[in-house]
Parts: sequence; C-alpha cells; structure tokens
Amino acid sequence: MIAPMTAYILRRLLYTFPILVGINLLTFTLFFVVNTPNDMARLHLGVKRVTPEAIDKWKREHGYNKPLLVNRQEEGKRKFTETIFFDKSVSLFLFDFGHADDGRDIGRDIQERMGPSLAIAVPELIVGLLINITAAMGLTLFRATYIDYWGVVIAVAMMSISFLFYIIGGQFLISKLLHLVPISGFDEGVMMVKFLILPTIIGLLYGVGSGTRWYRTLFLEEIGKDYVRTARAKGLSEVIVLFRHVLRNAAIPILTGVVVLLPLLFLGALLTESFFGIPGLGSYTIDAINSQDFGIVRAMVFLGSALYIVGLILTDIMYAWADPRVRLGG
Amino acid sequence: MKDQYLFLIALLLLVAGCTQTPLNNPYPAKETTENILYSSFSERPKHLDPALSYSSNEIVFTAQIYETPFQYHYLKRPYTLIPLAAETVPKPIYLDKINHPLPENAPAEEVAFSLYEIKIMPHIQYQPHPAFSNIYHNMTGEQLDKINQLADFKETSSRELTANDFIYEIKRLVHPKLSSPIAGFMSEYIVGLKELSETLKQAAAQSPSTFLDLRKYPLSGVEEVDRYTYRIKIVGKYPQFLYWLAMPFFAPIPWEADLFYSQKGLIDKNITLDWYPIGTGPYMLTVNNPNRQMVMVKNPNFHGENYPKDGEEEDKPAGLLANAGLPMPFIDKAIYSLEKEDIPVWNKFLQGYYDASGIGSDSFDQAIRIGATGNVDLSDEMKEKGIRLITGTSPTTYYLGFNMLDPIVGGFSDSARKLRQAVAIAIDQEESIAIFQNGRGVAMQGPIPPGIFGYQEGRNGINPEVYDWVNEKPQRKSIQEAKTILAEAGYPAGREAKSGTPLILYFDTPGSSGPDDKAHFDWLRKQFAKIDLQLVIRNTDYNRFQDKMQKGTAQMFQWGWHADYPDPENFLFLLYGGNAKVGKGGENATNYVNPAFDRLFDQMRNMENGPERQEVIDKMVAIFKQDLPWATGFHPKVFGLYHNWYANIKPNHIAYNTLKYVRLDPQIRATSRTQWNRPIWWPVFVLSGILATGIVPAVILYRRREKGKLQ
Repeated sequence: MIAPMTAYILRRLLYTFPILVGINLLTFTLFFVVNTPNDMARLHLGVKRVTPEAIDKWKREHGYNKPLLVNRQEEGKRKFTETIFFDKSVSLFLFDFGHADDGRDIGRDIQERMGPSLAIAVPELIVGLLINITAAMGLTLFRATYIDYWGVVIAVAMMSISFLFYIIGGQFLISKLLHLVPISGFDEGVMMVKFLILPTIIGLLYGVGSGTRWYRTLFLEEIGKDYVRTARAKGLSEVIVLFRHVLRNAAIPILTGVVVLLPLLFLGALLTESFFGIPGLGSYTIDAINSQDFGIVRAMVFLGSALYIVGLILTDIMYAWADPRVRLGG
Repeated sequence: MKDQYLFLIALLLLVAGCTQTPLNNPYPAKETTENILYSSFSERPKHLDPALSYSSNEIVFTAQIYETPFQYHYLKRPYTLIPLAAETVPKPIYLDKINHPLPENAPAEEVAFSLYEIKIMPHIQYQPHPAFSNIYHNMTGEQLDKINQLADFKETSSRELTANDFIYEIKRLVHPKLSSPIAGFMSEYIVGLKELSETLKQAAAQSPSTFLDLRKYPLSGVEEVDRYTYRIKIVGKYPQFLYWLAMPFFAPIPWEADLFYSQKGLIDKNITLDWYPIGTGPYMLTVNNPNRQMVMVKNPNFHGENYPKDGEEEDKPAGLLANAGLPMPFIDKAIYSLEKEDIPVWNKFLQGYYDASGIGSDSFDQAIRIGATGNVDLSDEMKEKGIRLITGTSPTTYYLGFNMLDPIVGGFSDSARKLRQAVAIAIDQEESIAIFQNGRGVAMQGPIPPGIFGYQEGRNGINPEVYDWVNEKPQRKSIQEAKTILAEAGYPAGREAKSGTPLILYFDTPGSSGPDDKAHFDWLRKQFAKIDLQLVIRNTDYNRFQDKMQKGTAQMFQWGWHADYPDPENFLFLLYGGNAKVGKGGENATNYVNPAFDRLFDQMRNMENGPERQEVIDKMVAIFKQDLPWATGFHPKVFGLYHNWYANIKPNHIAYNTLKYVRLDPQIRATSRTQWNRPIWWPVFVLSGILATGIVPAVILYRRREKGKLQ
C-alpha cells in the first residue's frame, strides 16, 4: 500500500510528462515560426560571404536538414521520428540537453552557470526574507500610527522605482563615487564575496518595498484573530504576541510563497547578471534567443518548466507539512 | 563588550582605508603591479578554430594565437603586407592553360593559373600542448573521465612548424564537419579544393565517427615542396589572394590537433580546437571561459619578433618608434572579462581597471569636447587623468541602398535615376553624422573609404550629382535643386505627374523599436518630406529583413561593409553584377548590374596599384556616381581612449595581431588606481546614523504604549 503522500507525488509527476511535452511543442512552434533553419544558419555563419551550399552544410551538421514536425517522405512512425522536433525533443526528457550551435555542451554550461546565479539569489532570498519580515512586523507593531503611514509610503515609493534605476544608481553611488566595491565582475571562492555585495544590496533594496507590504498585509490579517486577542489578554507584550504567535501562524503563506520560488532561483536574474557581469543563467536564455540558438532555448524553457512544476509540488507538500488540516490525496 | 565590537569595526575600516589595493579593485591584489592588459568582451566568441572564425570578436583572440604566412606592417600606411611565418612575400608565377610560365606582365585573360610558392621560417615551435604528446592520442574512456579541462593534462609537448601544417589547414576549409565561411569562395580559386570537398564528404560518410586524417587525401592545387616550402595554385589571376594569406583561415594547424580533439570524451566536455587553439603566435589561450573570462599568456615557445624599426614620418615624434628593434611581445598576460553592458565598462575604464575604451553615445559628452570650429578635444576630466584620444577612419562604408530591381527606384531609366539623385540630395548625411554619430564619420562620396587605394580626396573626389565644390569644400546641392530633379523624374511636388497620386517610398530595416532607432527613422522621414516624398518605414525582424534582401523585395535599406583587406576590389565588388544578392547570393545588396562597370571591374581586379589602376577605378566610381545605386552613406571615425600607461598605440583597422606591439607601465597604473579609488566612508556612517536616529521615536512610542497598557 503506497502512502497517500507518495501516491500524490507520483501522480503529480505523471501529470508533468504531458505538460512538458506540450510546453516543448509550443516552444518549438513559436521558435520556428520566427526563425527558419535557414535563418539560423545565416546568422551563425556570419553576414559575409555566406553561400547557399554553406547554409545547407550547416543545417546538415546541426540536424536542421529534416522537416520540422512531419516527414512526408517517410512511412509509418518514421514520418514523425525523422523530424527536427523528434530529434531535438526526445533527449530532453532524459535531461540530455545536447550541444549549442557553437558546439558547447549545454548541460555543462547550465551546471557552470547555475552556481553564480545561486550565489546571488540565495543570500538575496534569505536576507531579504529577514529584512522584509522584520520591517513588516515593525509596521504592524505601529499600525495606524504615523510610522506605519510613512513606512507604507516609503515601501510604495521603493517598489515603484524601476530596477534599472537601482542598478545604475547603486553602481554610481557605491562603486563609482564611494569606491567601496567593484562595479561589476565575478570570481570564484572567497573572492566572490566582494562582487556579490553590491548586487545583493541592490536586490534587497528593490525587493524590500513590495516584500514589506506583502508581509504587512499577511500580519494585519492575522492580528485581528481570536488567538491574538487571547494572547494579549494573557498580558503578553505586543512584541511577543507578534513574533511568537502572529509570525508562527502567518508562516504558512510565507513558507508556501518561498518554496515555490526555490527551484526558480537556479534560473538567475537577467538584469542583475547583465549589469554586474555575473556569468549566471539569467542572461543565458536571452543570449540564446538573440543568437537564435534553438538548442539552448528549448533546454532553458524545458528546465524552467520542470523546475516550476517541482516548485508547485514542493509547495503542496510544504502546505501539508505546515498545516495539519491539509491532507494530500484523493 | 559593545566597546570591543566598535573597536573591531573601526580597526577593520582603518585597515581597509589604508590598504594599497582599492576596495573596488575587481582583480586580485597580487596582480596589481603585474604586466597584464585588462580588456573586455561583450559577446562570447563562437569559434576560435581558424577555419571557422570570421567575426571581429573572435579574431581579437585568434590573431594573437595563430600566425599566418603574412601580416600587415604595424606602422606603415597604406597598409603593407610583410612576412610573418613566411620568409618573404612571394611574387606569383603566372601559368597558361598547359602550365607554361608566362611573363609577369601577362594579360589577365592569358593567365590560366597563378602559383604562389611560400617559404616559411625554420625552427618555429608550436605552443606547449597535450595534443603533441602521443600518450593522449588514443585515450581510454577511464582516462577521459578524469579530464574536465585542458589544464588536467599533466604532460604537454611541442614540435616544429612545417609547410605541411599550412597545407593541412587549407584542406580543413572543406572538412565535411566544419562549416568554413570561405569554403565556397575559396573552392572557386584554389585548384582541386572543390574535388577534395566531395572526396572528403564521401570518406566521412563511410566512417562518420572516426578521425578523418586529411593527410591521406591529396589536394591537387596545394603541394609540399620541402619541409619549409609549399605551393598554392589558384585559378586565373587574383592578386588579392595574398591578402587572404594574412587572415587566420590560412594559419597552420598541426594534424595532431585534429586527432587529439576528435576523441569523443573531449568533445563532450567542450574540449575542442574551437575552444582551445594551438598556435605558434606570441600568445596562447590558457583560460577559455566565455561565460566569464578569457586569458592569454605569453607563449614560452614563441620564436621571437622585433618591434618595427621604421614607420611613417609622424610616428617618431608620436613615440611610436621608442621601442624600435626590441623583442616582442611586451605584455605578459591579457585578461578579457565578459561585460554585457557599456556602463560598467566605461566606469571601470575611468577607475583605471580597463586600459583602453571606446566611447559610447552615452559617455560622449563626458569624454569629448567639440570646439566652435568643429575641432575635437578631450574633456577636462579626461585630461586630468592623462587619458589620450586616438582617432582614425575605419575602412568601412555604411550606405543607404536602392534595390535596383525595384520598379520605382531601381533600373536605369532617366526617371528612376533622377528619383535616386533627388533622394540622395535630400538626405543630409552631414546632419545625420552630427546627430547620430556625434560627428564621428566622413560623409560618403564614393564606395571606397579613405585609406584604401583608389579613394580620391578634394574636388576630384566629390559626387557631382549630389555636391557642388564651393569655397574649397563640398556643399550639398539645394533642396530646390532636388525638387527640380524630382519633377524631371516625373514626380513634381512628390506626386506622379500623370495620376497625381503621392509617391510613397519604403525603407526596410531590421531595426529595433528603441528610442535611438525611432529618432533616426523620424529624421529619415523628414529628409524625404523636404522634397515632398512620403517615406514608410517597414520595420521587420532580422530574419524577415534578410529574406527580403535575398528575394530582392526590399526597396531601400541600410547596409554596410568592413574591409577584409586593403584593396579597392574589396569595396567595388559590392557593385559587381556577378555578386548580385538575388539569384547569385553575393554581396551586391543593391543588385546593381551595369555591364560597363562590370567590364572595368574585371580589368581593375587584376591590376597592380598604380596610375593605370587609379584611372580605371576613377571611371568605375564615375559610373557609380552617375547611377547612384547607393543614395548616401558614411565612413565611421573610430575614437579610442587610452590611459597614459598604455603605449605604442596606432589604430589599425585591417590587422588584428596588434597585442604584441603594445606595452604597459603597471607601476603608473597601480599608483593611478590607488589615487583614483580611495574609499569614502563618511556617507555610510551618516546613513547609518540617520537610520539609527529613525528608530529612536519608534522605541519611545512603543515604550509609551506599553506603559499605557499597564496603567
């Protein structure tokens, strides 16, 4: 007899398969509506002296010389297996991402780039959570006072400013004027830290407005409940009521909100990585779209979809774990 | 306890403030006074295999690693070919159909073949590389599992460069697994290359997974004479072929490289010739992480080369001959970091962390001051830092072209020609350069850019269809004149004379919808409106645009060409009928076909530079100016900024193997960096103080509230 939780996870994983096939088909169709294999070859071979023979040769070498979805020259199942779609899709489900158009192993590239993406995303998430929750708790503590009012005004102002402004402003102020950290770059090991300070601070500043407002809303919803009144009636101080009782009860939406994000942290952040020269996964997909590298595009879309589904499954599991009233199964 | 913490923080800050290495230094402190050049790249190089590489962002690396038979003199202008791996620049031997030698001045139509005999210098060694160790030629799966990067190979070796290595690379141009961009083009010239391509295709099809040993397949037009000499036989007379031999496509590749890199375990780990080149040049690539950094260090086996002893007249006073005769290269290491955005690159340059920089449009005003007379000077901020500005005109032509197959703007009817002329007058190229290029360009008068033989300056050089010569300078004809010409073309006041319907013209572009493009398109519309013509911008994506160009359905478009080599043929062939884009897939984007021009081109392409060739070129340019397949255009001026510790800079827009010539003074750089990047802490303390002060009223309020509860 399989436990309900295991059965639930297995069932969700089985659902994943058709979803991923669908996403893959959609990516394939959208990509090739815009880019034909001829376009890809032309872009890859450069703009100078590209002959039709060179284009044919490139397509042959890279496996783009077959029909896209249906091969009418073949019989039986080969009608569908002797196509670009089949060739390029099957290996994905074995997490074999193949090679980029420039010959690099996509799987290795992803592995290499995941580290730098996580190096920014993880501290930003953890420190961000601490700061946002503390700030939201502070505003909740002083709800309906001028501190709360001005706190919300500042939060709204901070979330209204473009991320690009934070990046350029931060680089200008902290690195260019004050000379405190490098403006961009990346290194390995301990040397990495000095390159992470500025992007992390900027990421935190950008997220603090929306984060604080979101958690403040959660806490305000909790603060009016009966158990809070009971705690106060017991004579507990407001700080203890908030941090011991309200925080614990608001943990479920916080936890589920965070868990769904966890797998996506691997995918990196485009703007941060571009401006700070961090070799993460954020800019990998955009670069691939610009260079019309279908191998990387499909791998990243597939990976993104798979991680998102994993995130949703994890959220469900966490929900059941955190709230005994929730039961998975059925 | 609190005091202890405060003391510790103060001590840390003091140490940070006193340290010799600035806090914002992106490089390890131990590199501070090392002889390292720091530069950046924005797009990761796709290919470093010389048979494949054809992009400017790749040749920055390949040109330092590989040595071709010839190179361009670093200082002399016009660009002059000199030997590199070869001992001399050979004169071709002309042969007739039965391979009998012909005199040097034989007419081109009699020359069936040209023979180039190239003698290379002996004792040139390859860089140390595991490919030269036999033990790594046939590795087992277990051995390959332990290898993740080239540095994991414990043993390296080398061997002498031979003529066969050059022959091997020529064969690689048609290797069935490589898509060399010049394979098709060279197959038309090098005798036997086309046949070899077919043979190799069949051989590869028979055993697709094994190493294809090109040594076993002869190439009839290329032969080894002795260990250090080889001959290349090409079809007909093609003097520009020597220039091709100065491009990395013709650099030597040892057969061991192909054998070593053909092992599947290495290919799976991205360890290929495309990523780890093997050359004989002054530098070798030691780190290839195009996601982050590319590092080249001095090749310990480099055969040695001395800095040129002669140059142009102005080179000596400019200090460019200070190192004459000294052994090169001067720099020990070059580190290129990936920078996707311009802003960090510019700021790091100002902080001294990059040794040179271009000038983006965002930073132009900060860097450059343009005087009342139009003279260009550095801003005070740049001068204070000792930064130098070095400019040069690139051998590049950007032009607005007409599709000559188009029923309205194309063709050779009087109406179409006058319509093109009216448009050419209306588009104020000088204004465009001033607005969109910050003045960094020279308005086009003909297809040949300055610095290339055949370019004419002054009165003789202007396009009389578009300009008049007034006060010793070209002056664009008036709009009134353009309107008159337009009326003569059959479009008075921008309307068709017969039907009265307004004439609408179309400009096809793969431009984005960004603010810069939008401003440019608005400006372009206004130029047409000056002569009452309506212009519609057809903005499509890159692929659709290319498709339109291939099919010849675009009407007007912008195109450009940067010289492959310093010969007028490399620009005039853009107008040759045999190179038309439609039907022939060539580089003649306007599909301009004029038999008179083509005849002169066939004559000019085989001539040596001299008055006779100039005369033919002048006739061709005159035909071009009369027909106007290109309405207008410009040759960009390149502005480069260099710190005062960076020496021996002379812009070279044709050659790329220039790293060996430049030198640095790391001590001046280190001092400047420290001086320019002292950390400023007080704003941090002030901000912390404000935050701390901000908490006080909250604490007071909370205490008051708690007290109130108790009462």
